[in-house]
Amino acid sequence: MRGNIALVEGAIKAGCTAYFGYPITPQNEVTDHMSKRMPEEGRIFIQSESELAAINMVFGAALTGARAMTSSSSPGISLKQEGISYMAGAELPGLIVNIQRGGPGLGNISGAQGDYFQATRGGGHGDYRTLVLAPDSVQEMYEFPGLAFNIAEKYRIPALMLSDGVLGQMMEPMVMKDIEIIRATDMKDWVLDGAKERPARRVVSLLMKPGALEEHNYHLQQKYQQITEKEVRFEETNTEGANVILVGYGTSARICHKATVEARNAGMKVGLFRPITLFPFPYKRLNELASTVKGFVVVEMSLGQMVEDVRLAVEGKVPVHFYGRPAGGLPEIGKIIQEIRGMLQ
Amino acid sequence: MKKLFGKPKSLTDVRTTYCPGCGHGIAHRLVAEVIDELGIREKTIGVAPVGCAVFAYDYWDFDVTEAAHGRPPAVATGIKRMLPDRIVFTYQGDGDLAAIGTAEIIHAANRGENFTVIFINNGCYGMTGSQMAPTTIAGQITATTPTGRDVHYAGYPIRISEALAQLSGSRYIERVSVHSPRNVIQAKRALKKAFQYQLDGKGFTLIEVLSMCPTGWGVGSIEATSWIEEKVLPTYPLGVIKDE
Repeated sequence: MRGNIALVEGAIKAGCTAYFGYPITPQNEVTDHMSKRMPEEGRIFIQSESELAAINMVFGAALTGARAMTSSSSPGISLKQEGISYMAGAELPGLIVNIQRGGPGLGNISGAQGDYFQATRGGGHGDYRTLVLAPDSVQEMYEFPGLAFNIAEKYRIPALMLSDGVLGQMMEPMVMKDIEIIRATDMKDWVLDGAKERPARRVVSLLMKPGALEEHNYHLQQKYQQITEKEVRFEETNTEGANVILVGYGTSARICHKATVEARNAGMKVGLFRPITLFPFPYKRLNELASTVKGFVVVEMSLGQMVEDVRLAVEGKVPVHFYGRPAGGLPEIGKIIQEIRGMLQ
Repeated sequence: MKKLFGKPKSLTDVRTTYCPGCGHGIAHRLVAEVIDELGIREKTIGVAPVGCAVFAYDYWDFDVTEAAHGRPPAVATGIKRMLPDRIVFTYQGDGDLAAIGTAEIIHAANRGENFTVIFINNGCYGMTGSQMAPTTIAGQITATTPTGRDVHYAGYPIRISEALAQLSGSRYIERVSVHSPRNVIQAKRALKKAFQYQLDGKGFTLIEVLSMCPTGWGVGSIEATSWIEEKVLPTYPLGVIKDE
C-alpha cells in the first residue's frame, strides 16, 4: 500500500470523523482518497478554498469534540500555522499531517526534511509546542494518526505528523491492524455543543485580563513538561556496544538503516538511533548514549536542523558530525559510511 | 404584575466595552432577543470575530467560540458540519468579513453552508483606531485615508452582500440598519427570518447591519445616526438583496 493511502486508512480506523484539505503535491492521494472514503464511512470530507480555511474548519470541528484532521505539504503547512497557533492557544486537539516537500518557497515536489524547525518549535506565533510524530514506514503512516489523536486529546494540543514525499509515495507491504482509540474522559466538560442544562462555554485564546495570559502560558508550559516526561518515543537498533551511532528520522532513518547494515558487514560497530517523537525530543536517552560511544553522525534531508537538538542532547561529551543533502537530493550510503570511518579514526 | 420588557436571557450582565453611540450593543441585543424568541439558546453556537466585537462571547449567554481574523465562516463550517442540528452563526465586522476573510465568506456562501452570518458594516476598523475598511465610503476620512478615501487610489467601497447574492449557494441576504427605531425593528425581523431559515435547513443566510461608529467617524452619537441616513445609505441601500 502507498504511504498516503495508508495514512487515510489509519486515520479512519482511528475514528477521524472530519477531514478538511486542499490539493498540493506530494500529498494529493490523501485528499483524493479521503474524498472517497469519508463519505463511504458517513463522515465529513470538505475540499476547502485554502489551507487557512482547512485548518480553521479543523478548529471548528475540534471544538465540538470531533476527531478532525487536515493534511498538506510544506508550503501549505506554512499557511496553516495561523490556525495551529490558535488551536494551541485555545487548547484544541486535532491532527495536521505534513508530507514534506522541498523549500524554501515553492521549492519542488521531491521529499525533503526542511520543515523540522517549523514543526518542532511550534511553527506559528507564540510560546507553544505541538506533538510531532515522525513515521518511517507505510506501517507507521497507518498507525500514527491513532497515536497522534490519542495524545492530542489527552493533553488538548494539536498534533503533527512530520512525514515526507518519499514516505507518502512509497509502496510497501503493511498490516491493517486494529487501532486503539482512547478518547479523553474530560472532553464532555469543554466541548461546545449548546448550553443545555449547563452554563454557557467559551473557546478563546484572547486573554486580556492582567496576568491571565501569563498564567495561561504557564499552564501550557506545564502540559509540554508533562508531555516531555511521558511521551518520548524512539527506536534503537544495535546501539549497545556501538562505537558510532547514526541519528536519523523518517526517510533519513531508512537510509541510515541501510548504511548501518553495510558498515557492520564491513566490521564497524555502528548503531542507529531513530527519534519517533521530534517533540518531545529524546534528549535524555541520547545523552546517556553519549557516554558509551565515540560520536554521533546525524543524517538529514536538509542542511542541518535536527542536528542542533542532538548537540543539545549530547552536551559536548563526544563529537556530533552532520551529513545531509537539501531538498531534491537523498543522502548517499557511501557518504554516510565515509562519515562513520572518519569518526572511528 | 406582568413584565413587559426585560433583558433577554441570552445576554449576560457583563457591561460592554463599546463606545457611546456604537451600534454593536443594539445588534447584540437583537441577536439575543431573536434567539430567546425562537427558543434556541440551548442549541446555539456563536462564532465571535477579531475586532471590536471580539468580546461578544462575554456578552452572550450561550456557547461562543473565538475565531482568527476573517476565519469565522471556516470555523462555523467545521462546527455546523459536525453538529447539523445546532444553530450556528458568525458575527463579523467589515474588516473581518470583507477584507481578510473574503475567501472564507465567499466559499462558505457558495457551498450553501446552513448557518447565519451577521455582518456589521460600520465603514472602518474601529478596534485598531479607525483605519480604512473595504466598506469605507468615498471621501471618508480615516486614520489611513487622512485626506478622505480616494477611490482611484484606494479602491471603491465594496458591496459584498450584493456580490454574495450572485452566488448560487446563498439563500437569503438583506441589508438593514440600526440607526433609527424603525430600522432596528426591521433589523430584528430580518435576523429572525435568517435564523428561521437556518432552522428550516434552507441554507446560507446573511444579514448586513449598517452600524454607527461615532468614535471612528469623529462625530457625536446623534450625528452618527444622521451620518448613516445621509452618507452611508446612498452607497449601501437597505432592503432584501436576495431571498430565493
